[in-house]
Amino acid sequence: MPAGAERIAEAFAHARAEGRVAALMPYLMGGYPDLDGSRAIGLAYADAGADLVELGIPFSDPLADGPVIHAAATAALRSGATVPAVLEVARAIAERVPVVVMCYVNPILARGVERFADQLVAASVSGVIVPDLPFEEASELRAACAARGLALVPLVAPTTPEDRLERIGAAASGFVYTVSVTGTTGERTGTDSGLSAVLARAAAHTTVPVAVGFGISTPEQAAAAAAAGADGVIVGSRLVRAAGEAQNAPRATGDLVRSFAGALSGASLG
Amino acid sequence: MSAVDRRFGPYGGQYVPETLMPALAELEEAWVSARADPAYREELSELLRDYVGRPSPLYRARRLGEVAGAGREVYLKREDLNHTGAHKINNALGQALLAQRMGKRRIIAETGAGQHGVASATACALLGLDCVVYMGTEDMRRQRPNVERMGLLGARVEPVHDGARTLKEAVSAAIRDWVANVETTHYIIGSCVGPAPYPALVRDLQRVIGDEARAQVLEQAGRLPERVIACVGGGSNSIGMFAGFMDDRDVSLIGVEAAGEGIETGRHGAPLTAGGRAGVLHGAYSAIMQDEDGQILEAHSISAGLDYPGAGPEHAWLRDSGRARYVAVTDREALEAFERLARLEGIIPALESAHAIAWALANPDSELDVICLSGRGDKDLDEALGALGAR
Repeated sequence: MPAGAERIAEAFAHARAEGRVAALMPYLMGGYPDLDGSRAIGLAYADAGADLVELGIPFSDPLADGPVIHAAATAALRSGATVPAVLEVARAIAERVPVVVMCYVNPILARGVERFADQLVAASVSGVIVPDLPFEEASELRAACAARGLALVPLVAPTTPEDRLERIGAAASGFVYTVSVTGTTGERTGTDSGLSAVLARAAAHTTVPVAVGFGISTPEQAAAAAAAGADGVIVGSRLVRAAGEAQNAPRATGDLVRSFAGALSGASLG
Repeated sequence: MSAVDRRFGPYGGQYVPETLMPALAELEEAWVSARADPAYREELSELLRDYVGRPSPLYRARRLGEVAGAGREVYLKREDLNHTGAHKINNALGQALLAQRMGKRRIIAETGAGQHGVASATACALLGLDCVVYMGTEDMRRQRPNVERMGLLGARVEPVHDGARTLKEAVSAAIRDWVANVETTHYIIGSCVGPAPYPALVRDLQRVIGDEARAQVLEQAGRLPERVIACVGGGSNSIGMFAGFMDDRDVSLIGVEAAGEGIETGRHGAPLTAGGRAGVLHGAYSAIMQDEDGQILEAHSISAGLDYPGAGPEHAWLRDSGRARYVAVTDREALEAFERLARLEGIIPALESAHAIAWALANPDSELDVICLSGRGDKDLDEALGALGAR
């Protein structure tokens, strides 16, 4: 079985081969509502048709996250989630679908970049997204990931200028994570009309797939993002909110993921 | 090479969401252009003179000096006499003028003690800019008069309910706002923390304190001080003070952090003194308070302005390089100095500044000290009198 960045590439290719217009990548917060609960939610995502899973490692001061994911991180930490414990959750989910972890930079530095990368490999994680590590600060982690075949997935924003896109796109592995809006994570109504331009700009500068996230909370928005040219769609806050509200979080979030998957397989290929 | 310091030894950098990277580049460029522009410099120095009241006096505190030991000369740099009552206005005005140059009409700021919030609200009122100030609800409780002042000045105070509801959470909330509104908004960060170019920008705007103090002490005492002492939360009054004396190798630079209930209790705000592993908080790699897993810890200090688990990256480098020394003073010692200065000199210091006074009193082995009295203590009366009464 392929691992690391190769496994991510295979997941995108598989989604295309199955006729889906974009790969579906639901997000969950590791350790929320608790460790066992988050493992069950991740496995429910796999059952419901997720192509990849994005697993958040909780951090005390998440600058790129809106209120829903921030509150989930706070609750996860309060219930005792740690980086090693969340990586155990990752290992369980990775038996079913490729896992990309989202982790802020300080917990990575606290254990050392090389050791963190080793721990990702040991947990069968395929890649990592670091929302507060821009291209200029990432060379050490990029080298550590490359040496192990892991993907370091970069983010690009609507504000990212052309020359930065070029550098970021050239060094990207796994996929490029396009932030759909100028802002933090969170549910939004409608889809930004400039999305297709942002996606096209990102795609022009890279050879890896381009996924979109931040603010996608309905199956209609997911289908619209795919129609706008996204190779992958990330759904975060909507699912995290459901994980916090539902009596049976794995069933409720699984049902939601199924509806997103349906929208991506049902959307017209044009 | 960049025209503005982005790193101080290994510290500093730009650990922020990608969305902000172009804004940081724009800010750096605007600062390089503004500081070289005589029109900007003249406008700022006129305002500092006519509106803020600079230069602030350097006052020889004779009774304080006598108490501290025979023959000692102690000078206070009176930033408490600035308009709005603290050094924060030096930075807020400079950055508000910069925002105006960049065509940004909306200002956001964070505040702990409320002094930077009041300074930002004041600068915005003066220049006709919109102002939103993020403030933790615990600090709103501790610093009620400043909350009311900001409202009167036309700013909106946005309560922050996260975490310990103090300065750290207020900075995080301001950064999130900036991520969402970066194209129209300038973030006036209040200390020499945050991603580059902020630590250098804030230092440059605060070095007026140290430059003035150096000229004043040479004139009044006829020589340079043995020690320059200032409190350190994020570290803006101290870095401004230190900058003026940086090349005077015989002048000791002493930064006084908040030991809170005692460094050994873990309930403090002294990341530089406590040592420990450096890390990233609010966009910069520096001295921070964190647990084994890399989660940021909550700081503790009776002084809201020092109640912060990080410190500016330049301070971390000055510590490592040995150019400056960092020490810490407990809540109790700061309260005693607060009362002492009021009785001896008729000056009520901010609780933040009282930390610097306390350390100088407890360590009398110097003949000539210059201490930065970074702000006035009116805002702290409820908190300090409550704590003094409780003893």
